[in-house]
Amino acid sequence: MAAPSENTSSGLMVKAVREGIFAGVIALGMFILYVGIETYQDIDNRLVWRTRWGLLAIFVAVAAIGRFLMVGVIKPHLDRRKLAKAKSGILEISEEKSFFHRHFLKIALIALLLYPMASVWLFGTQGSLKYVDNFGIQILIYVMLAWGLNIVVGLAGLLDLGYVAFYAVGAYSYALLSAHLGLSFWVLLPLAGILAALWGVILGFPVLRLRGDYLAIVTLAFGEIIRLVLINWTDVTRGTFGISGIKKASVFGIWSFDVGSPNYFPKAFGLATSSAYYKIFLFYVILALCLLTAYVTIRLRRMPIGRAWEALREDEIACRSLGINTVTTKLTAFATGAMFGGFAGSFFATRQGFVSPESFVFLESAVILAIVVLGGMGSLTGIAIAAVVMVGGTELLREMAFLKLVFGPDFTPELYRMLLFGLAMVIVMLFKPRGFVGTREPTAFLKERKVVSGSFTKEGHG
Amino acid sequence: MAGESLLKVQGVETYYGNIRALAGVDVEVNKGEIVSLIGANGAGKSTLMMTICGSPQARNGQVIFDGEDITRLPTHLIARKRIAQSPEGRRIFPRMTVLENLQMGAGLDNLKYFAEDVEKIFTLFPRLKERQSQRGGTLSGGEQQMLSIGRALMARPKLLLLDEPSLGLAPLIVKGIFEAIKKLNQEEGLTVFLVEQNAFAALKLSDRAYVMVNGKVTMSGPGRELLANPEVRAAYLEGGRH
Repeated sequence: MAAPSENTSSGLMVKAVREGIFAGVIALGMFILYVGIETYQDIDNRLVWRTRWGLLAIFVAVAAIGRFLMVGVIKPHLDRRKLAKAKSGILEISEEKSFFHRHFLKIALIALLLYPMASVWLFGTQGSLKYVDNFGIQILIYVMLAWGLNIVVGLAGLLDLGYVAFYAVGAYSYALLSAHLGLSFWVLLPLAGILAALWGVILGFPVLRLRGDYLAIVTLAFGEIIRLVLINWTDVTRGTFGISGIKKASVFGIWSFDVGSPNYFPKAFGLATSSAYYKIFLFYVILALCLLTAYVTIRLRRMPIGRAWEALREDEIACRSLGINTVTTKLTAFATGAMFGGFAGSFFATRQGFVSPESFVFLESAVILAIVVLGGMGSLTGIAIAAVVMVGGTELLREMAFLKLVFGPDFTPELYRMLLFGLAMVIVMLFKPRGFVGTREPTAFLKERKVVSGSFTKEGHG
Repeated sequence: MAGESLLKVQGVETYYGNIRALAGVDVEVNKGEIVSLIGANGAGKSTLMMTICGSPQARNGQVIFDGEDITRLPTHLIARKRIAQSPEGRRIFPRMTVLENLQMGAGLDNLKYFAEDVEKIFTLFPRLKERQSQRGGTLSGGEQQMLSIGRALMARPKLLLLDEPSLGLAPLIVKGIFEAIKKLNQEEGLTVFLVEQNAFAALKLSDRAYVMVNGKVTMSGPGRELLANPEVRAAYLEGGRH
């Protein structure tokens, strides 16, 4: 606790400098071999080494300065704020919110609707491709997947490590059915969802009696089984070659995005031929799918089945003694979550034009689950923020060419993706153990609506 | 006192694997009665309670509720026959608010009588009203017990099963809860089957009682009679000797 008097604040500085130097020394000790010395193979295939003192110095400086700032500036500031809060007697439940806070959802929605237009305006039709496709669509796919998984993990509390299986089922359903039956995206989208839901039920049956760790292992295996089937059932899935030339989605069959087609969308509107329009269209499609997911989740939470999911997460035995059929409750959770995974999968297939088992590895499941956990289980807003940070952050790394000036020409920031991912998770979990949004909106009210702060419950339950 | 029979447990044997926890139990609860079951730790009291609810199911014998054999029904269907339970350890939903917990109890009627019944619960346990938008997990032990009973009552039960409502609570709170049970029984004619370690309070409250030892009912009779019985006094009221 830093009291605001002259004497202690200079004492604080001394302490901060001391801890900063200490952190620097530890960083030096830790990184001197890993970072300071680099081994590589020369032309004769011999292993030789060279030093990277500059890079090491950066690591040490970051650690030392970071610790100094933490101890000297940030911590006292936070303490003061906490103290002031405690003095004024306002708990974490605050009734008054800023304008931005109250209208956050509306603002976010409008921003999302205007986003493609804004990027076309700012970067030109061709330039917008990167922002709409790499950032917009990519992030929204993960938002949708994470919201879908949120139904299973966040609401029903069934830890699913194989969610990517349903994503794969959706993607391959669309790819195969459109290739063999020639059906359009809009017919196959619901069909892919239904097929994925069916697989959700198929997975659900054997795991009905399992919970927690055991459930996680079985779902993990399920995800791998689906992937291995896709690899080995070469007659149908063409194995690791994948399926290419998947049909593009059309604007409800009215306009098409195939350049040769008579009702080619840009031509119909007198625009120049560009793939950017297709991406902008896809952006709105995935946005609509995301909104559908959010709407369904919010509605379901207020309905008996949604309440049953949440109760199931809390206490299965109590649920049964209240007359809830836990079998159907679990199966519907699996099926609903899987259905949204299937939607996202078929969207993914039409966007990529190519699917292969490569896209559905365990890492994807882990990333989706990480987004759900980071965002705060059960919170749609938190999960969306986490998706933006995690997926957008990874995409941003591709843009960090300037880092090459610092770390040398053969530095590829994308390779550090997982490292940063892990680091970010550790940091978030340290400071916000219940994810970005740890509060849970209650669904039952008599008069007033109050957000219940997560700080009153233990970690992993908020 | 002998009303119409509501719950009839006949020769019930329940096993955990190969271990016999209930060795042929006969218990009867009539409409409008408070019946309690007392016994030492491990006597099989909670097992009997859980067997009535179908988890675990009885291997032999019958559980008959309102003239219907419910021995082989799954737990959630038994609950839909309006047997509500406030289980051992309360088992409220910790992340959900008090109101949501009560809502879960009213699921059988799809919340048809929710507003009306919530008011009733709040008059019975005014503490819950103060805490209505607080999370279940943040309540004190006594409040959680009230919530657990309240949640069970929301189902408009024909039979209320209470498993150790006094567990870990201060005597004053226990008294309050027992008074509430008495009130429900007298004013609404609610039938209650109570499992208790706190033999004194339970026997005083109930019309009839059963004493259970090692998975068998060894004694039964009106509550006051058992209270005066020297054997019962020795084993359960004055402590120590068994």
